[in-house]
Amino acid sequence: MRTKAPISRKKKRLTGKSVSLAISGWILALVFALPYIHMLITALKPLDEVLTIPTTYTPTTWAWDNFTGVWKEIPLATFIKSSLIISLSATLIVISIAVPAAYYAARHNFRGKTLFLLLVLTTQMFSPTSLVIGIFREIVKFDLVDTYLSLILVYSAFNLAFSIWILTSFFKSIPVEVEEAASIDGCGRVRILTRVVLPLAVPGIVTAFIFTFIAAWNEFVIALTLTSSPEREPLTVGLTSLIGQYQVQWNYLFAGSLIAIIPVVILFISIEKWLVGGLTAGSVK
Amino acid sequence: MKTKNKENLRAIPWIFPALAMILVFVAWPAFEMIRTSFQEIDFVGIAKGWTGLENYRTLIDNPDLNPVLIRTLFWVLGVVLVTILVSLPVAQLLNARFFGRTVVRWIVIIPWAASVVMTSTIFKWILDPYSGILNRIFVDLGLIEEPRDWLGNPPEAMLWLMAVAVFVSIPFTAFVLLAGLATIPSDLMEAARVDGATSFKSYREITFPLLRPALLVAAVINLINVFNSFPIIWVMTMGGPGYLTDTTTTLAYKISFRDQNIGASASMATINFVIILIFILFFLRVSRWREVTK
Repeated sequence: MRTKAPISRKKKRLTGKSVSLAISGWILALVFALPYIHMLITALKPLDEVLTIPTTYTPTTWAWDNFTGVWKEIPLATFIKSSLIISLSATLIVISIAVPAAYYAARHNFRGKTLFLLLVLTTQMFSPTSLVIGIFREIVKFDLVDTYLSLILVYSAFNLAFSIWILTSFFKSIPVEVEEAASIDGCGRVRILTRVVLPLAVPGIVTAFIFTFIAAWNEFVIALTLTSSPEREPLTVGLTSLIGQYQVQWNYLFAGSLIAIIPVVILFISIEKWLVGGLTAGSVK
Repeated sequence: MKTKNKENLRAIPWIFPALAMILVFVAWPAFEMIRTSFQEIDFVGIAKGWTGLENYRTLIDNPDLNPVLIRTLFWVLGVVLVTILVSLPVAQLLNARFFGRTVVRWIVIIPWAASVVMTSTIFKWILDPYSGILNRIFVDLGLIEEPRDWLGNPPEAMLWLMAVAVFVSIPFTAFVLLAGLATIPSDLMEAARVDGATSFKSYREITFPLLRPALLVAAVINLINVFNSFPIIWVMTMGGPGYLTDTTTTLAYKISFRDQNIGASASMATINFVIILIFILFFLRVSRWREVTK
């Protein structure tokens, strides 16, 4: 599952090849960073400069205070509060449900196990987008429209798959002997799980936690459909709803976007090495 | 036999919560959506009874449907193909050793980690007809005389939407391919080099064939993701003007939540659902998942 360090590290000389590789590498990075750099530059312009035609490449006055002003100009704190409540709750539900399921699937055989894992995998492939009409009608039936709970439940269900999948492979990698030893020492099954297995599976749980959190944090379609009042809108919906307004305050919009993006990117990078295995159901390791 | 049954019963408390969540919030909506597609639904969403294939007929009679279907095909195949073609060299580059590779990898991850909604928003702003930076750059370079409304002309807008879709799809694809590259034994490449194979030849004869499983998996997952993609189109053009930049995914949403024709929308969504199911079956084949679960 881990990406191995490629090739040997024999020669570390500065050759023409290594220089051209480094240059192409950094150009690639620049291409991927440019839109976000432009986001930052726009966020640092005063509003009147944002709307000049033609636009400026860099701010003539750097409005660093946009990052403090944004909290007053748009309801950013409310959006963040909603996003945090929804994403954290969904993540906690996912972890508490996925851990036992994954542990059991990794350690025991039971009838319908293959079917269960197949169902999980199919869920992973379905984004909620494809089912949004069904989800909306169900949530209307449950009378949960415009509640945090509706988003928490839907996000939990759709993100279970990744966590079950990645945790199963983590639990499998823990030798059964470790558990057997604990069992001889008189530990019960639940105790073995909480005292012996879980501490060993921490990287897997952290990965599942971060992945679910980010997926919920970034989700858009379901939140757009199920929320209707600004107090309930998470960041993705709240920030884009500002575009519809008659004069878009792009600088504040992007200052808010960056505040939403930066922590998530850092978290995402921290679990990068586990992601591919989890997202391809382990078929690419 | 008895112990076997006991073993099966014992699985219930461990598995049931996960199963229940998936059944209630994934399987039920799917069922509800398919059922709705065969019902007459009034504009506030109340079912008026069964109508057989009436909703599907309404959908097919919609003159906008055929162009949307063709465009969806173009969108999915175009984005996935270009994504794969660009990701191959990107993965190769990220796999090579060079100064600052770790940081470059981090930066390439950004579009994957950041919300697609916000990435689409910045591209909408970059392409803004008045204050967009693209207009400024192109005017300064002398490529255009006057600022242009890049998203105003539907076929052209479609190409921009596809470019953004490629941009956000490359990181995942490149990292899947990167993981595939890591499984190729380095002594194999070494041996090829000793035998005097050129780098192009060793890529074609060794790397590419060994990369095929990863490539297939990346392609199928991308097919599903791009087919399902909603935020890029929604934020940048809303599928407009009219339905001229819609795909089947955004069309289903628009018919339902803007035109309030829930029945017709459900039939469109059901068709989308079946298409995704086919993709998933394809994925299960190429990923040989059964071997993995063992």
